[in-house]
Amino acid sequence: MSIKSEPITINLGPQHPSTHGVFRMRVTFDGETIIDVEPIFGYLHRGSEKLAEERTYTQVVTLTDRMDYVSSMLNNQGYILAVEKLSDIKPEPRGVWLRMIASELQRIASHLVAVGFLIQDLGAWGTPLTYAMREREKILQMFEMLCGARITNSYMRPGGVFMDAPQQFWENLSSFIDEFPGAVDELEKLLTSNEIIFSRTKGVAVLTPEQAINASITGPILRSTGVPWDLRKNDPYDYYDKVDFDIPIHNAGDNYSRYLLRVQEMRESLKIVKQCVDFIEPGPVRPHHDEVPFLIRPPKGDCYVAIEGSKGELGFYLVSDGSISPYRWHVRSSSLINLTLLREMLIGTLFGDLFVTFGGIDINMGEVDR
Amino acid sequence: MFEFIYNILDFSFDLVIKDIKFENYILTGLTGVIIAFAVINGVLGGVLALIWGERRLLGRFQQRTGPNRWGPQGILTSTADAVKVMFKEDIVPEEADRYIFNVAPLLLVIPVFIIFSVIPFGISLYAVDINVSALFILAITSISGLSIICAAWASANRIAIFSALRSVAMLISYEIPVGLSLVGILLICESMSVMDIVIYQKIPFIFIQPVAAIVFFLGSLAEINRTPFDLTEAESELAAGYQNDYSGMKWGLFYLGEFAAAIAAATVFSTLFLGGPNGPFLPGIFWLTVKVVAVLFFIIWIRASWPRFRIDQVLNLAWKGLFELTLVNIIVTSIAVIIWTDGESNRLIYIGLANWVFAFPFVILIFKMLKTSNYKNTNKESMTYPIGSDTPKFIKEKIK
Amino acid sequence: MNEWKGKILAEEINSHIPNSVISSDKESVYVETEKIYEVLKFLKETSGFSFDLLSSVTAVDYIDHFEVVYHLKSLITLSKATIKTKLGFGREDQPQIDSVFSLWKGADFQEREIFDLMGIFFNNHPNLKRILLWDGFPGHPLRKDFVTNSQSIMPIEEQN
Repeated sequence: MSIKSEPITINLGPQHPSTHGVFRMRVTFDGETIIDVEPIFGYLHRGSEKLAEERTYTQVVTLTDRMDYVSSMLNNQGYILAVEKLSDIKPEPRGVWLRMIASELQRIASHLVAVGFLIQDLGAWGTPLTYAMREREKILQMFEMLCGARITNSYMRPGGVFMDAPQQFWENLSSFIDEFPGAVDELEKLLTSNEIIFSRTKGVAVLTPEQAINASITGPILRSTGVPWDLRKNDPYDYYDKVDFDIPIHNAGDNYSRYLLRVQEMRESLKIVKQCVDFIEPGPVRPHHDEVPFLIRPPKGDCYVAIEGSKGELGFYLVSDGSISPYRWHVRSSSLINLTLLREMLIGTLFGDLFVTFGGIDINMGEVDR
Repeated sequence: MFEFIYNILDFSFDLVIKDIKFENYILTGLTGVIIAFAVINGVLGGVLALIWGERRLLGRFQQRTGPNRWGPQGILTSTADAVKVMFKEDIVPEEADRYIFNVAPLLLVIPVFIIFSVIPFGISLYAVDINVSALFILAITSISGLSIICAAWASANRIAIFSALRSVAMLISYEIPVGLSLVGILLICESMSVMDIVIYQKIPFIFIQPVAAIVFFLGSLAEINRTPFDLTEAESELAAGYQNDYSGMKWGLFYLGEFAAAIAAATVFSTLFLGGPNGPFLPGIFWLTVKVVAVLFFIIWIRASWPRFRIDQVLNLAWKGLFELTLVNIIVTSIAVIIWTDGESNRLIYIGLANWVFAFPFVILIFKMLKTSNYKNTNKESMTYPIGSDTPKFIKEKIK
Repeated sequence: MNEWKGKILAEEINSHIPNSVISSDKESVYVETEKIYEVLKFLKETSGFSFDLLSSVTAVDYIDHFEVVYHLKSLITLSKATIKTKLGFGREDQPQIDSVFSLWKGADFQEREIFDLMGIFFNNHPNLKRILLWDGFPGHPLRKDFVTNSQSIMPIEEQN
């Protein structure tokens, strides 16, 4: 005689300590094994795409900050590149170098959040998280020197950036460049030498390259399955073809490789920052307002520009009808599309793996819901 | 009038137990109450100190100051916590089973204090001396599983039941290694009483029975639901698990019970393995405190550094790792006890050497067996997906 | 990365699937709505094109018609292209188009979002429900005739 058992459905609600924002999942369990997942989101939908139709092109930059609030410089960069392509503006060199420095520092900060909160979700009560946050604090202080805000910095404008960097910024940056490799080594040693982290993340939620490409997944997840696709190398924008860096690739496609890849990418971003500091020359940071007016009116047409955001391909589609505000603005958000395979990755794993896998995809609710 | 009452009470006590005067009962009762009062207050004071100590120490491990606001160096933080918890609203969910809901925290706290009744605080300074006190301690710690199930079931909350079932599975699996690890000590001392074990420890048993000490330590960490086995209240997964629906002083009792259980586990470990109140010059209670604080420091250090296990890994460790180590320990110790019988001088040293040479290598062997295999990162470009292997048609036609 | 010019891509598509291309722009190709599934399938599977990554699917509301825009990328040939189709002339209540879910799974959430915010119905989509708004929401917000009460922020020049 066998015991009758039935599956149980739990609602991991929008308020939860480790869902990285307001995200809801209805999970069906058979014992501790997951047999079905239904993600429900939209709790943070603010209608950015509709709001942009009533604001000028420069005001939309503030809307882009608030989408993926952990990597706002990267959002700014993508949008400004779309505006520049649409209106055929030639950017100032010093502005472009400053853009690249800010974007790569922001990529480091975003990966620090991802890796730090992984270990927090695994249960180490915050010790590695505080190490990661200590480094991120230095980056946010540098951003405050650049543009006055730590997180939602609307720093970039069509043709360059908003203001030049003060002298204190360059001193802070050089001391950061000296100290950061030690911190990256510490974090990497933590991930590669801890038995508990190995056993909980290796071999869990494996993806194949064909599955990932068919589901339009890009970014660190695609690179962890073994496909060497990075938009900074394959479709260069700004001055990324003038700097020299590698892209780390792993072949396993499981949770562990996604995390280790992000730690290794931080090192490469630091290399880019160092080279930008060497190449930068004095000059104006944005074109004079006789060439590029403050109230831009791009000619009629549309364009799509995609950059390599910290979570994948971040694309901006702009349609303009010749007036001061965009006719239609669409964001191809990497976090929303990376969630496509959540159900396939989670079915068959145990409950203890749910939040570790979810953190490995590294989504940000501001970008999923816009 | 009083004569009359006295005679009735005397007569009725004589019906129950003969030959013991009625006054002795009152005296025994009074002394018992005073001793219990002293012990429980001592433990509660220890709990308050531990709450402050743990938060402060965790802060220092994380490179920040811990609480330092209330009182000098923040000592009064736990008092502030207790006052806050007492004034919170006590909510009972509508579908909850009221009686079991109210009783569950008590079931957690009371057995923990009972353990302290058999621990000797100095030579001949104890509350009760039973001749099977080691078994008594093991039996009493199992009641905490009942309290967790009561709390989860009475809350009528699915997530609470999840975490409670995990905890009970863990508790049952770790009872066996913990119990069996004490068999080695009992064979050496030929008595089950904690008092005898303390008297016998000229050399602390952690040096003589290393395998038993490791197994006992890990097992008690699992029984008190501490990191790395704290998956019942894995805050990042279940948001406090079985304690989800408790608020106010009932939740305060759960909180207190957890810390008191940590102190109890540390005390039992120091008594059985570190020699308890033995030590030169100073009174025994000072040495016991030092050892308990050292073990607690170790427990908090582990909490600050290690992530937690998954439930199937925890059960694997218990059944495949620790259980076999205890069997190895029993075999080696029983052979050693027969060879060097009681009465020989330096008996403990020989038994200790036998254990280190024959039993300790098994620890290394088992942990190597349970490890996950090494990660090989090839870091080459993938051969499975052909990026850039073709050219677009319009370029091919231009070349033609 | 190479970008397909509109004229060349239009010629290629027309030579393999006749009567499908309406017109072509500098960088995009306008395709008939009924033939969109065939065209995209051809572009995905033929070598020389092999667009295996669907970058994005979006929709735009020009007042008299809607437009659905597909941005495609090819990892195998390192190129990109844009395909557009016009539908819903005369402001139908719910214009219909075939879903490309069976070609690229990545179109799942994006098509649900277009249905939610623009009201375009996708045939053969396995789970076409509202994704960002709640189930009983009246109307489709991104349409141009969905007017909100919010005040628009006017630039300083055009005030007074």
